[in-house]
Order: sequence, then C-alpha cells, then structure tokens
Amino acid sequence: MRQVSRSTRIALYLYGAVILSLLYLPLVSVGFASVSKARYLSFPIKRYTSEWMTAAVTSPTVHELVLTSLKIAVSVTILSMVIGFFGALAFARFQWRYRGLFQKIILLPIFFPQTVLGLALLIWFSALGITPSWKTAVVAHLVWIAPITTLIIAIRAYAFDPALEEAARDMGASTLTVLREITLPLLMPGIVSAGLFAFLLSWGNFPLSLFTTGVDATLPKWLYSRMVSGYTPQIPALGVLSVIGSTLLVAVGLVLMRWMRPRD
Amino acid sequence: MERLERRLGLLSALPIGILLLLSFVMPLLLVAGFAVMPQKVFELAHLPDFSSFAVIWEQGYYKSLLRSLGLAFLTTVILFLVSWPLAYGMAKVFGRFTLVITILVVLILFVSENIRLFGWSLSLMKGGLLEGYLRAWFGFSFETPLYDWPVIVFGMCYVYFPFMLFPLAQGISLVPDDARLAASDLGASPARILFEIEMPLAAPGIMVGCLLTFVLSAGAVAEAKLLGGRSVIVLTDDVESAFTFGQNWPLGSALSLTLIVIVALLALVPISRIDLDAIMGRKR
Repeated sequence: MRQVSRSTRIALYLYGAVILSLLYLPLVSVGFASVSKARYLSFPIKRYTSEWMTAAVTSPTVHELVLTSLKIAVSVTILSMVIGFFGALAFARFQWRYRGLFQKIILLPIFFPQTVLGLALLIWFSALGITPSWKTAVVAHLVWIAPITTLIIAIRAYAFDPALEEAARDMGASTLTVLREITLPLLMPGIVSAGLFAFLLSWGNFPLSLFTTGVDATLPKWLYSRMVSGYTPQIPALGVLSVIGSTLLVAVGLVLMRWMRPRD
Repeated sequence: MERLERRLGLLSALPIGILLLLSFVMPLLLVAGFAVMPQKVFELAHLPDFSSFAVIWEQGYYKSLLRSLGLAFLTTVILFLVSWPLAYGMAKVFGRFTLVITILVVLILFVSENIRLFGWSLSLMKGGLLEGYLRAWFGFSFETPLYDWPVIVFGMCYVYFPFMLFPLAQGISLVPDDARLAASDLGASPARILFEIEMPLAAPGIMVGCLLTFVLSAGAVAEAKLLGGRSVIVLTDDVESAFTFGQNWPLGSALSLTLIVIVALLALVPISRIDLDAIMGRKR
C-alpha cells in the first residue's frame, strides 16, 4: 500500500509489537513465579529455585491430572477429526438441499457462551442419569470443537477440484474408493491441522471442563480451583509445564505439516 | 450424479448432526423446559409456571444480567477500537509481519485462559511483576487495579482479543484498494474514507467480530473470579450457584434461557446474512 505514509507504517508496526508483548506478559509473570523460591510471591524475585517444578513433575496428583487431560484431549482429537472430515464434505463439497442451513447450524455452538453450555450439559447428563466423568467432558468438548474442525477442514475442501473425484468415478471407482483414495489424501493437511487445533483447544479448555468432568479434574480445572482458593507455588509451576507441553506439540505439528507440504 | 451428491451430503452431515442434536439441541430444550417449572424441582413433570422469572425480577437477579451485558458491551466497543488499527495493518500494510502476528496470536489461544488471567493477576497485584519492578528500579508505586470492575473488562478484552482481531482483519481484506484510492482521488478525507468506504465494506468481519466478542464475554466467568476477586457478581456466577449449591435448576435455567434468548436474537441477523461460501473462498 503506497498511500500509507512512512510514519503511519512505523506506528502500526510499533502498535503491533506492543500488543504482542502485552499478549505474552502474563506468561512471563507465571514463568518468573514458577521459579521463585519464596512461599509468598513478591516481585522483584530474590532467590530462584527449581524445587516447585520438580515437585510438580513428580507429584502423583499431577500425573493423574495430566492423564485425565490427555485421555480427554486424545479422544476429542480423534473423534473430531472423523466428524469434522465428514462435516466438511457436507459443508463445502457436496451440493445438497439443506447445505445452507447446515452451514449455519454448525456455527451456533461456536457462537455460544461455553459456561452456559457446560451447565446445560450438566443438567442434561443428570436428567439422563449419566454420572459426569472424563467421558462426558469428551462429549462437551466435542460440541464446541467438532464444529471448529469442520470449518478448518472445510477451508481445505473448498480449495480442491471436484473434477478429480469425478474422473476417478468415471473410471469405475466406487464411492468408498473415491473417498479413500482421492478425497482423504487431498484433505489430509486440513485434517492434521484440525487435529492439532482440536488437541490444543481441548487440552486448554476450562469453561466446559469446569462443569462436565465430575470428579475427574483436568489440569485447567484443578488449577482454577487452586487459584480461587489462594496462591501456592504449585500453580505457576504447573501452568508453565502445561504451556511447555502445548509448545512442544505445536512444534511437532508444524514440523509434521512442513513435511507434508511438498506432496501437495 | 446429482442425486448421489445429495445423498452423500446428507450422509456426511449425519455424524455432526447427531452430535449436535444429542448434546446441544436437547440440553438447550431441557433448559428451556426447566425455565418454566416451579422452584427447586428436579423433573419436568410439573405444571409450568413463571415463578423463576418472578424470582429473577423480585430478588434482583436481573441486575447481574444487566451487569454482564453491560460489561460485555463495553468489552466489545473497546476491543473494536483497539483491534481495528492492528487488523488494518494485518490486512493492508504488514506483509510478512502479518504471518508473525497470526501465529503468535493463535498460539496464545492454546494456553488455558485461566493460566493467562492468573498471569495478569500476578503482573498487576501489589508486589506483582509491574508494581514490584517499578518500585525496585524507579521507586515508583501504584495501587493495584485488581478486584474492581474495570480490570474485569480488561481481562475480557485480553482473553477475547483474537476473536475480534481475526474477523476484523478478514473483513478489512475484503475492502478493495481501488475503492479507497478512488475516494481519496475524489478528495475524501481519511475519516470519510473510514466511515463511508472501509467500515461498510468490512461490515461482515465487523459483525462477526463484535458478535463473537459480545457473546463470549457475556458468558464469561473466569475473568470476574480471578481478576475481580468476587467483588463483582456476573450472570454466570448466579447461574452456576443456582445449579450447584442453590440446587434450584429452574432458576438457573431461567437465567440461562434469558441470556441465550438475548444472544440468539443478536446472533440470528448476522448469521443468516453471512455468505459462508464467499468468506471461506469458494471460487465455483
């Protein structure tokens, strides 16, 4: 854009940098807090220690929380990839009668206050006589995450040429073969990034887990109950570990997607 | 061929359709049913009445509703003003920097919101990151802004920032450069270009961004608890306590239903107008 003056450009870049640093400032605080030796946190930090981190890594409670969070996130990832794959075909690829309506219905759960959804599911499950556990949390997460994976895969489905499928069908491939040999490989990059989103969103989700996990606490839910009841050094230590976990996964995901790209 | 497509379309919509029917539509119908039940019942086999709505009115629960809506409105307005310049930069000015911003903003979404809010309370508290270091280095101190309503608005702006930024940037990228150049050649002032060219043409993005922010912050709960320290009771607090310690499902349902209806009324207009095929890039 030539009509934007040089000083405006510089101002916009600065503004962007300021906002990005504000976005990450709270993580800096959590990071410092996790290595502060004092039992009662106060900045500037005088002595550093790794004992809280070690305590968090070796605590059996933490292992259980991580295991529950993982069980939920992995189930949500797999299910939402499958549901999202078919959902995306209905959303973007096939021309069918209620497609317009379908596209809008998919958006509703995303445009819905999550806490209210969690509470509604809580009374729904108890009306059905289902005791909330990590499995009900999977359902709750899916309501919000499956529409998101559908949208992500749909972006990919919009971009591909239906002529490829038609050619395969003209040469005698059955619907199932077309799906397996043409559609699935072509949509794969979208499915992988949708899976990555699904895992991370489920791993970090708090408002839905708060009401639907029953006695099986996830990491964010447990952290929240601790935060509300007062500061302990465990909170930032676990928070940092959770962030490190997500970061590693993102790194793996990005490498995986870069590796898949040349085959496009 | 076309008949096959129709059938395949319906078939592939089934999994997510069933999921949403069983765990989105039905629970909401149940909430709607409980909203018109007498106080403190646990099944729908009673004569409907409007006692819950009477309680909402008489015992002042509507205040927390209005408070939540007010805070959400304020959050939306502030976020719109804050995000517009950055979204503009992302859509029209930045080049590669747009990718950097996009990645960094998406990444922060993967950190649980309560960890980030907790980080803000560590940053803003007395003896926190900001006050502590300012005092140690410059001998300058300030009162903590925590535990009051403005910091709740700040927290919601912080958490829901990506939900405003990305739709806005998408909306602004729909504004053709020619339209702006033509207006400016004809002598329109920058303000006039903004209000008469850019904002109307970016309207789909503005609508989606404002709607998402408003809805999400109207239903927010963690900001008020972690930053507001319970000095401000928001609607979701009341809903939560009605469903949990209050053991009054009808009251909780009526409060939720009121919020849902308000949100639905706001959301229906933009959602029904949006052409998803155009936004998400169908060329056919």
